[in-house]
Amino acid sequence: MSIIKAKDLVHEYIRRDEDGNVKMIQTAINHVDMDIEEGSFVAVLGHNGSGKSTFAKHINVLLSPTEGTVWVDGKDTSNPLFTYPIRRTAGMVFQNPDNQIIASVVEEDVGFGPENIGVPTDEIWTRVEESLKSVGMIKYRTHSPNKLSGGQKQRVAIAGVMAMEPKCIILDEPTAMLDPNGRKEVLAAVHELNKKKGVTVILITHYMEEVVDCDRVFVMDSGKLVMQGTPKEVFSKVEELKEHRLDVPQITLLAHELKEAGLDIPEGILTREELVEALCRLS
Amino acid sequence: MSIILDHVNYTYSTGTAYEIQALKDINLTIEDGQFIGIIGHTGSGKSTLIQHLNGLIKATSGAIYYNGQDIYDEDYDLRTLRTKVGLVFQYPEHQLFETTIFDDVSFGPKNQGLSKEEAGLRAFEALSMVGLDENLYYQSPFELSGGQKRRVAIAGVIAMHPDVIILDEPTAGLDPKGRDEIFDLISKMHEEKNITVVLVSHSMEDVAKYVQRIIVMNDGEVMFDDTPDEVFKHYKELEQAGLAAPQVTYLMHELKEKGLDVDVNATTIDEAKRSILKALC
Repeated sequence: MSIIKAKDLVHEYIRRDEDGNVKMIQTAINHVDMDIEEGSFVAVLGHNGSGKSTFAKHINVLLSPTEGTVWVDGKDTSNPLFTYPIRRTAGMVFQNPDNQIIASVVEEDVGFGPENIGVPTDEIWTRVEESLKSVGMIKYRTHSPNKLSGGQKQRVAIAGVMAMEPKCIILDEPTAMLDPNGRKEVLAAVHELNKKKGVTVILITHYMEEVVDCDRVFVMDSGKLVMQGTPKEVFSKVEELKEHRLDVPQITLLAHELKEAGLDIPEGILTREELVEALCRLS
Repeated sequence: MSIILDHVNYTYSTGTAYEIQALKDINLTIEDGQFIGIIGHTGSGKSTLIQHLNGLIKATSGAIYYNGQDIYDEDYDLRTLRTKVGLVFQYPEHQLFETTIFDDVSFGPKNQGLSKEEAGLRAFEALSMVGLDENLYYQSPFELSGGQKRRVAIAGVIAMHPDVIILDEPTAGLDPKGRDEIFDLISKMHEEKNITVVLVSHSMEDVAKYVQRIIVMNDGEVMFDDTPDEVFKHYKELEQAGLAAPQVTYLMHELKEKGLDVDVNATTIDEAKRSILKALC
């Protein structure tokens, strides 16, 4: 069953001058159809300005469609009655952890969301505990967020979203500001949520390596959905990805170049293990 | 011509409960014309270190010499040092502020005391260096894309004609093509203008591809300081310091273990490709 479905979605940013006349129309999303299965882990790739963040904002009604329709868990996002229920279904994590943390103690920050939607106090504490455990931050519950590392802060932000018990979580470049370790921590936490709790994950990223373990990859360019498939399918088209200002993981690129140089190895190699195996078969 | 750090120590919040020694006895020489990468996990002291290089932070103890002169001397002019050693912070596009791109880039040279014409010439030269389309020069910098804004911000530093340029994670948040463009620009600056470049980065792959020398910071100390090949030989120690080697390094080690005669010191895709082809054909 699909949890998110977009049909013929168009989004235009309209800029007006002081008198309210239309000055410029920029089409950020241009007739996109997309289907995301419940419980899956999908990635959205695209260069800066390709429309991927605009798309993400449609999923929890920060924006509503200029044309077309988006359904989240069967609810039409253009119906104002559904705005709040949808925001509870689809939680969002942004790039900069410092912009998302508001309380002075970790557990209070995580409890802010559920308190806001009127969850009874006892249950808030259960949820705070559960979600901090699920991102591996429970031992920091009484710490001050500003003393945490970037990766830890981002995990607290994810716990804050988890405490709202969403069915689906959207992460808009959650690792862009983190060091390699922080990046690993955050990804591990997100994969865990997907596997153990069955939360649908939509990961928007510029790091091709982060996409290798996804179920499905969507590639956007100039507001259009230009490629989709499993990571293997998408990353075997090295040249096509480069046309969209993207790249492939380093190992995939090396495998591709070795194949071009005449070695008999398969396309779409994603991991070191696969490449080692393919090369050992040749020797 | 060089920057020399001699027994530099730096402590944040001295005398309080939050006292942290961010730099411990740093001894480094940055020679003219080098292309250097600084790596280290968050909190390892990288940012503190680079802010010492142009005198934004004053060492708690130790000395720093720029071209043989002690920058902490009472009559040393730190303003001149800061125009000679340009610093591009993380997300430099947040520092754009003028109404047009051209004005923004000429701001630095004007501040150096150059005439309007000279500052304009400098801005023109810097903007063409970063490859920005001429039609955009008189538009607002805020209407550009992320990668373009960043190039304008870098142009602002180039326009000051620095001898050394330090960039703190210049590609954070950019798409892969944008990353390549910024790195190509930095390499071009290094080659054509012979500017010394110091680059702080979290991407081992990029560092391996572009720089000649890597300084690894760990816990306020210099852990390694050598060529990329030599530094990435210590990939196990790097992991303990919260870092990693490029993917290629791991691959080459695994192939070697399986009995393939490859060069484990390869750190870039080109090197790995050559070595694998040689081993197999």
